[in-house]
Amino acid sequence: MGSALTRTLKHNNNRRDRRKKADMAYSEKVIEHYEKPRNVGTFGTQKEIKERQDIGVGLVGAPECGDVMQLQIKVGDDGQIEDAKFKCFGCGSAIASSSLATEWLKGKSLDEGLEIKNTEIVEELSLPPVKIHCSVLAEDAIKSAIADYKEKNSK
Amino acid sequence: MSIKLPIYLDHAATTPCDPRVVESMLPYFTDMFGNPGSRNHSYGWDSEEAVSKAREQVASLIGADPKEIIFTSGSTESNNLAIKGAANMYAKNPAGTEHRGHIISVIHEHKAVLDPCKRLEKEGFDVTLLEPGQDGLVTRKMIEDAIRDDTILVTVMWANNEIGTINEIPQIGELCHDKGIIFHTDATQWVGKMPTNVKKDNVDLLSLSAHKMYGPKGVGALYVRRRRPRVRLIALQEGGGQERGYRSGTLNVTGIVGLGKACELCAQDMDSERERLLKLRNKLETSLESKLDVVQVNGHREKRLAHATNISFGFVEGESLMMALKEIAMSSGSACTSASLEPSYVLKALGVGDDLAHSSLRITMGRWTTEEEVDYAIEKIFEAVSKLRELSPLFDMHNEGIDISKIEWAAH
Repeated sequence: MGSALTRTLKHNNNRRDRRKKADMAYSEKVIEHYEKPRNVGTFGTQKEIKERQDIGVGLVGAPECGDVMQLQIKVGDDGQIEDAKFKCFGCGSAIASSSLATEWLKGKSLDEGLEIKNTEIVEELSLPPVKIHCSVLAEDAIKSAIADYKEKNSK
Repeated sequence: MSIKLPIYLDHAATTPCDPRVVESMLPYFTDMFGNPGSRNHSYGWDSEEAVSKAREQVASLIGADPKEIIFTSGSTESNNLAIKGAANMYAKNPAGTEHRGHIISVIHEHKAVLDPCKRLEKEGFDVTLLEPGQDGLVTRKMIEDAIRDDTILVTVMWANNEIGTINEIPQIGELCHDKGIIFHTDATQWVGKMPTNVKKDNVDLLSLSAHKMYGPKGVGALYVRRRRPRVRLIALQEGGGQERGYRSGTLNVTGIVGLGKACELCAQDMDSERERLLKLRNKLETSLESKLDVVQVNGHREKRLAHATNISFGFVEGESLMMALKEIAMSSGSACTSASLEPSYVLKALGVGDDLAHSSLRITMGRWTTEEEVDYAIEKIFEAVSKLRELSPLFDMHNEGIDISKIEWAAH
């Protein structure tokens, strides 16, 4: 009788664990960013953006992989990132990662922007292992946008 | 009136049991629990009688003779029994040799057909899997062109489970009968929704399942033709010799009674129900098509089941779309891979994935689907797709006239 009861309890615990895991696929923060994404948009059409010296663009990912992130930074005369905007084709975690990246970039210098690590995004959004690539993509997008700005302004 | 959430629009996956079906089954759990194989007492006789009645109900729905119905655990078992059973019975060469006979099927069949075919291929049979065109239809002509001198079996589903397209089954049946080839059809999505007559439609073997037509899970049937031609099978499961030796094992009496009742109920309102669902489906499709651009209904536009639709939305990613639509229970499919969504081999076969950045919804309505629920679904899908397109850099590029397939993406 005692062992049967223990077994039942253990079984219930397992079920509860599994449910917890299912919920963890999207943390509250991911859902929050997904539902109210920050800084969605662009500073103009692709063509306009190309010609603007004060804007750097990062376009990373690929449609066949299910994620494409576009991150744009607007840099002021003082070298600070004044504004950032994103668009994202991808899952909820990819959307949340890029939304978070824009929040973090605003007000930072280019060098400070380059210091943002994907692990910080993982931590902030409690991303599960299968979604780590979303944070990697966001870090790539940041680096690529900053590199684009530097390239445009190197001549 | 309030709607119960989430709305269930996944009737091609399974259907709720009709309360009348449940009612019919209940006495056979408790009072009339006998084994229909018990010949010596009334417990057995009562069960036997219930099974006979169910056999008649199933036979009547598909125009068969009750003797031609073999009860199974569902369509997967029926398909396995039909395909492996017929191939082994009509094999041209004994086990362990090559070239034992040619089997024709189609690339977008259900796995419960494809996997038995693959197994047979390993066991010395030749298998041809046809690739239908973009509309997904399988025609008599396609089968005719694939038939060889050593073809022994053709297996083609009546209606496709993902896109609902209806194949030329009566015509393919006629062709097979002319050529003396056994013809099996997986009619899981078809039976109960469309009028069926296995005699007239020249079907030799037909699989059906109770839980797709408001019956219980775990029970189904295989129709096995007895005359012109008399089809024989080699059984997969051996034992007590039930079901004319084709399927040993004590009969699932409660399930069989439920299947019978489900068949009877489907026959009652089949035409009016189809008309009702067709109106709802048309409303759903025309509303979404008028509200959104880059929307595509997959599969043949006319030749498909009335209650089903499969719609692709360009420039929207599948997982985020499902996340936005958590109040609607339906299936998502995509021809492209995402980290957690399995790509659909059916949509891939139709070439739906060639533009890469889209996702698809399979919406299948049923007996209790209301217009109010469909209106709700239209609104929610419209909102979700609009929101995600607002976020999608690919949709911007599309609007600016940039061809995304021409961009060099750095795959990661």
